Amino acid sequence: MSSRTQSSVQAGRPGFVWAAPAIVFFAVFALLPMFVVVYLSFTSYSAISDPVWIGVKNWRHLATDPLVGNSLRLSAGLTVLSWLVQTAIALPLGVYLAGKGRTRSVLAAVLFLPLLMSGAAIALLWSTLFDPNFGLASVVGPLIGVADGNFIGKPTLAFYCVLLVIAWQFIPFHTLLYQGATRAIPTSLYEAAMIDGAERFKQFTLITVPQLRDTIITSGVLMIVGSLTYFEIILILTGGGPGTATRILPLHMYITGFRGFDMGYASVLAVLLLAVGTSLSLLITKVTGYRKMSSQKEGL
Amino acid sequence: MFRSMRAHKIAVAGLVVLAVTGVSACGSSGPQKSGGGSAKELQLWTLQNPGVNGVQQKAVDRFNKSSGAKLKLSTYVNDPYKVKLQTAVGSANAPDIFYNWGGGNLKGYVDAGQVADLTKALDAAPDVKAKFIPSVLDVGTVDGKVYGIPMQGVQPVSFFYNKVVFKKAGISEFPTTWSDFLTVVDKLKAAGVQPIALAGSQGWCELMYLEYFLDRIGGPEKFQAIVKNEKGAWTDPAVVESMGMVQDLVDRGAFGTNYAAVNYDNKGSQALLTSGKAAMELMGSWEVTSLNDAFPKFLTAGSLGWANFPAIKGGAGDPLDIVGNPSNFYSVSSRSSDVAAATKFLLQEMVSDEYVAGMISVGQVPAILGLEKKVKIGAFADFNAFVYQMGLTAPSFAQSWDQALPAALSQTMLTNIQQVFNKQMTPQEFADSMAAAAGS
Repeated sequence: MSSRTQSSVQAGRPGFVWAAPAIVFFAVFALLPMFVVVYLSFTSYSAISDPVWIGVKNWRHLATDPLVGNSLRLSAGLTVLSWLVQTAIALPLGVYLAGKGRTRSVLAAVLFLPLLMSGAAIALLWSTLFDPNFGLASVVGPLIGVADGNFIGKPTLAFYCVLLVIAWQFIPFHTLLYQGATRAIPTSLYEAAMIDGAERFKQFTLITVPQLRDTIITSGVLMIVGSLTYFEIILILTGGGPGTATRILPLHMYITGFRGFDMGYASVLAVLLLAVGTSLSLLITKVTGYRKMSSQKEGL
Repeated sequence: MFRSMRAHKIAVAGLVVLAVTGVSACGSSGPQKSGGGSAKELQLWTLQNPGVNGVQQKAVDRFNKSSGAKLKLSTYVNDPYKVKLQTAVGSANAPDIFYNWGGGNLKGYVDAGQVADLTKALDAAPDVKAKFIPSVLDVGTVDGKVYGIPMQGVQPVSFFYNKVVFKKAGISEFPTTWSDFLTVVDKLKAAGVQPIALAGSQGWCELMYLEYFLDRIGGPEKFQAIVKNEKGAWTDPAVVESMGMVQDLVDRGAFGTNYAAVNYDNKGSQALLTSGKAAMELMGSWEVTSLNDAFPKFLTAGSLGWANFPAIKGGAGDPLDIVGNPSNFYSVSSRSSDVAAATKFLLQEMVSDEYVAGMISVGQVPAILGLEKKVKIGAFADFNAFVYQMGLTAPSFAQSWDQALPAALSQTMLTNIQQVFNKQMTPQEFADSMAAAAGS
């Protein structure tokens, strides 16, 4: 694109060759599978014998599969609620932990513990806690109106249990993001606010939150993308049940592909997931104007 | 920052896609066959199971020594194995001999033309063929041809009960008819005990009730019709009636109220049984070794009882019929470089005295005739004898439905069964939904 004279001015700046490893990696591990999965979605493929081209049959099945609408609804619900709940807790917590003091450091150290555990370990831990007869659920249940401790066995409650466990796993990470971002806010802003007579709550809403704007978007994107591709905790905790109460789209895809060995239809679900994920990601960019990367510290 | 975010996002999505498409790549990590030498190396794939693997290794060693073959045993964990096998069979990395579940599971491979027909070899060795329990060998047979040789213990499903709890509730014997069984359920409830422990968060634990009800009510032919995908098999009145009996049990409070949250894998239902909070559990014969691992005191105290599923009066099924896993099977890949040697190994070793004795010593009761006395050894001698007798005398040994049916259909079934147990679906809706899914 650039002319010779320009390139001599830009001597030493990264060219295409610098980006080649990343591009090759991306092409092989992201782009190629995407094309393959689109191809597979038009085939009947059980993984034993070669894929057989069957045209749009799998796509027609999408229209009649009663579980797709349900899993899309659940995925959407999980995404929105995860974002709301996790942000509502992680943001204030991160701001609090950004302050100084021994209590806060101790609390921070304890709070970040879930970060060290794998998703599978967390799911196994919680499935024991949720045992209605011997787990924590049997103790806590009667106190909060679930006399038989039946949390993950009730279709209405199971979804919120999943939401809780996922939040438990990811809040520490987002708290960490907010803690770091809060510490980066110049103290002069707060000093000026104090002189102007702003109390703590006003400082929080008028300085801290606006200054955290980019972090809110970053963590929001991570949460939304995360809940779209998320399934291992649900797989282990409820298996998508009871019935289909927690069978979100990625899990529906997994069960279809790796339990039912219907790779063709699972590929249709994968393409659907890909489309939803990409459009959501584009939407977030547009709506938030995040791409402009405008500074929050203008005039400082 | 954002650009890398988006790259991350797409990479994540790509990985999900890869998870679906990339499995074939995992298959290529399989062992390579070594060329050259006098005999080619043959691969035997089986499931990981410390006790059983030792016996299998000895059989392989014996065979290699006597025949000069180079058979090699590789073991895998259950769930990854199913995926690995599915992708490896039919590829250049296919094992020569592979462990499978018989029935619909095996039929999938047979239909793809990947399994060697063992009928002729077996017919040429009538003394070997005569050693297998016929009802079990049937499960390794597809369309009249033998493709799978039984390779480990029979695993019928039966009731396990807590003798102490039964005694306290004033029940001396395990009921043998369904009406008596319901009386016992009511008595146990009156005594303040949950009658049945059920790991209802896992559909396969609930499936066992349907399997037995349908057999007792309609006889084994009803399920055979389902396997053959005959028209109207799922909507048969016997299926609807069986599911009605399931919901009747639920309504009676036989399973308590929170069964849908109980998990078998983390011992949730076993803890109910052994602690005396619940009185019994319907489970496969592996329950005994599993209980022995997790709750050894329960067994040493002699509190564990077992009994066949009760008879249902007026039903067409024989009360001696059983359901469960008749056995697991070894099959020879049709792509094997030496089908003859692999077949010879199966016919020679699966019935050898050493192999059979070894299996019994690790708590497996092989599907071999004439072991009445031999199985009565070890810590579970009585239970082994009970299991062996069940397998031997059963007029029909129906394979677990989730193994006998095609994988996709069985996933739908397990989900639907959960919904029937949770009363989100009526028995008729279950039948209609299954008929639609099966396309019958």
